Parts: sequence; C-alpha cells; structure tokens
Amino acid sequence: METLAMHISNGIINGPVAAVFAVVALAAMAYCVMRGRQDLDDRLAPMAGLVAAFIFAVQMLNFPIFTAGVSGHLLGGALAAMLVGPWVGALCVAVVLVVQALVFGDGGVAMLGLNITNMAVIGIAVAYLLIALLLRVLPRTPTGLAVTAFVAALVSVVVAAMGFVLQYQLGGTTDLGGNLAGLAGTMAVSHLFIGIGEGLITATTVVTVAKVRPDLVYALRALKPAAPVTVPTVGGVR
Amino acid sequence: MGAGHAHVLYRATDSPVHRLPPEVKIAAMVAFTIAVVATPREALWAFGAYALLVAVVAVLARVNARWLLLRSTIELPFVLFAFALPFLGAGERVDVAGLHLSVDGLYGAWNIVAKGTLGVWASLLLAATTSTRDLIVGLDRLRCPQIVTQIATFMLRYLDVLVGEARRMRLARISRGDDPRFVWQLRGFAAGIGALFLRAFERGERVYLAMLSRGYTGRMPTVWQGGAAATTGQWLIAATVPVLAGTVAATAAVLT
Repeated sequence: METLAMHISNGIINGPVAAVFAVVALAAMAYCVMRGRQDLDDRLAPMAGLVAAFIFAVQMLNFPIFTAGVSGHLLGGALAAMLVGPWVGALCVAVVLVVQALVFGDGGVAMLGLNITNMAVIGIAVAYLLIALLLRVLPRTPTGLAVTAFVAALVSVVVAAMGFVLQYQLGGTTDLGGNLAGLAGTMAVSHLFIGIGEGLITATTVVTVAKVRPDLVYALRALKPAAPVTVPTVGGVR
Repeated sequence: MGAGHAHVLYRATDSPVHRLPPEVKIAAMVAFTIAVVATPREALWAFGAYALLVAVVAVLARVNARWLLLRSTIELPFVLFAFALPFLGAGERVDVAGLHLSVDGLYGAWNIVAKGTLGVWASLLLAATTSTRDLIVGLDRLRCPQIVTQIATFMLRYLDVLVGEARRMRLARISRGDDPRFVWQLRGFAAGIGALFLRAFERGERVYLAMLSRGYTGRMPTVWQGGAAATTGQWLIAATVPVLAGTVAATAAVLT
C-alpha cells in the first residue's frame, strides 16, 4: 500500500477535499510561475528540463525496499530544489506529475491537486528550507553539501508522505476508524527507507555536479554569494 | 529507464480521435475523469456506463482492447492499497467466503479500483491518440504558462538524451570488464549517476545553445505546432463524451 502514497489515484480522497487542494496547488503554482520567470535564464532553462526528465525517469523506477515486499519510488524534490531552486523546482515536479497523470494514468487527474500539494509544494518547501538552513550551518565542503542534500531529501520525502496522511484524515473515502495512526506509522517507516535511497542518490548527484560545475547548483549560487563562479564553456569542462 | 519513453504509448494510426486537436482531447479527458470521480460509489450501474463510453471511444480511436487492458496494469501498485481496505475499515462487517470484512472497506476498495481504472483508461486513450509533441501544443493552447510548457518540452526531449547517455555509459562499463547482472549492476549504476547527470546536462546544454543561436525564444515556431487550433465543431464533438459522463454522474447522484 505504500506505493500508492505518493501518487494518489482517483477515488481515494473525496471530491470536496480534492477540490480544495486543487485550488491550493493552483495558487502555489501560479506564484511559482511568477517567481520562476525571474530565475529562468539561459543556464537554468536546460537544467530545469533535465531535472524534470531525471525526476520523470527516476519516478518510473520503482525499487523494492529490503525484503518486506514493499516498493516505492523516489520523488526528486530535494534534487530539484538544490539544482534549480524552489520556484522552478516546484514547477519541474508539477510538470512531471501533470504529464504522468495525463498520459500514464499515474495518479488520477482529479487528484492532481493533492499530488502536487504533497510532492511539489510540501516536498520542495521542506527541502529548500532545510537546504537554506544547513548550507549556512555546515562547513562549505563536499561533505557538508552531501549531508545537506541527504538530510533535505530524507526529511522532505517523509513530510510529503505525512501530507497524504493528513489529506486522508480530511477526506479519505473509507473510514479507517482507529487505524489511521497505523497508516501514519506505516507511511512514515516505509518512506524513511525511500528517503534514505533518495538521500543517497541526491547527495551523489549534487556533489558530482558541484565538483565539476559549481555554477550549475542553484543553492550554491543563491546562498553562497562569495563562492567564485566559473564561466561555463560550451561543451563543458570534464 | 527505457520505460520513461512517452512515445511508447502512442499508436501511430489515423482515426477520427487522432485527428481531433490535442487541446479538446485534454479538456474532454479531464472533464470525464472529474465526472467519474464525482459519482457516488454505490451507483454501480454508472460505472458500467462509463466503461461503455470508454469502449466506444477506444473503438473509434482503433485502440484494441488487449493493448488497453495490458497497459492498464500500470495502476496495479497504485491500487494495492484498495485491497487492504476491507480488512482495515471500521464499522459494519460481513462474512465473505470465511473472511470477516468491513462493508465500508469493501465499498472503499471498489471505489478506488473502479475510479482508478476508468481514469487510467481515459489517460491511455489520450496517450494512444496524441503524440507528446501535440500534447505540449495542446497545453500551450489551453493557456498553460510558457514557463511550464517550456519545462515540459525540454523534459520530453531530454528524456531521450538521458536514456541515450545511460545506454552509452552502460556499454562503456561493459567494455571495461563490468558484468552487469540483475541487482549487481545497481552499484555501478548508482556510482555513475552523478556522471550521467552531468553528461546529459552538457549534451542538453549544447542542444539548447544551438537552439538559441537559431532564433529560439522560448516558444516553438508555429510550423512545429502543426494543425490549426480547434474549431467550435471539434469542441462540440469532443464534448459529447464528458457531457454524457456528466449526465450519468448527475443521474447517479440524484438516484442515490
């Protein structure tokens, strides 16, 4: 039951709650469009596309967690927040979700508001707040960056999963009675494991990119103005 | 990773549904899904009517039933939750085949499976009859902000870049003595994921700069956008499906 959590399909949450969250998601995305326009320059445009493609590919990859027969997928929120910033990052995740819902039926179209709220709004917001905080506190070393990416990814996945539990409490179509706490517990534990996997992948990717092309990491540009910016050459430096 | 290809779902044939402009198909599909979700779950007949509607569109679109059913297995992991509900649900209980099940949970499970399946069928029909390029054109014509369509366009193009780079890197690993088998190749893949990202980005960046130098302004040229925008007639034709579904949903809501 854990796989469903991140892509809520039609009929799991009732209509009125889905409608409320659709409005919330729409408002949040409209704001992201406004702020994202200022961010999106010649360097960020292809990066945003690639981050979205990467998240798309990674979300297709359902991986098993230990031997429990449970599987889940990565969300990519922390990676997006780190590489393209919170505004464009949220749009990237939302675009992935919209295309998945329209074309693949992953997550119901009528539930898009809920899914976008969990993964694009809550996931990205938590990840970026943690990144902003940790990058200021931790030493400016590859290890510090790796820890930041890992923690941001881990926490954002678990919090996004809790978003589903909250929505289920507000408008779940089936009354679970006292089992809601059980649902919250299962979701938290399973997403802790998903979060660890996500954290490792995010940390590896971000550290590699930061070592070779630090100019591409939005979080480093936005939060560390003192860092020297290398001029990107066409074809890049390997 | 190859599963990320959106074109895999596109059935390149010609049919009345294929010829409809993408924006009307997207709008019709979204409206249909909302009607389905709004239907009270006790109205079993209504879901039969929706299935019939899907079948009629599938026949018109020349999508065969076997393909539709095979592809709809994609939702399986997402509705697994449904099968736990009859056991977890609260309230009144019934005994079915020796199992002590919750009535509310059974309805809940039916609700998720039926609405989920109908939603997946609707998206599969859209995917089967609309190429990814047309999908973006459709979103653009539905007044989707340019920044969003731009990200979507790049996403769909870079998926190919990403898959291509992953394939090249895997070949390179194999030719250097790596022996990818089942789970063990995950380690090599995980170690190379950062490199994969960078390589794909640099290739993507070159493509982007080439596009910029050829006059790209953030929106694809009109030639690329293919046929003209939808006429009122086409909107009306496509509207038949959601209007019928809406009528069914309204009737079901009144009756229950």
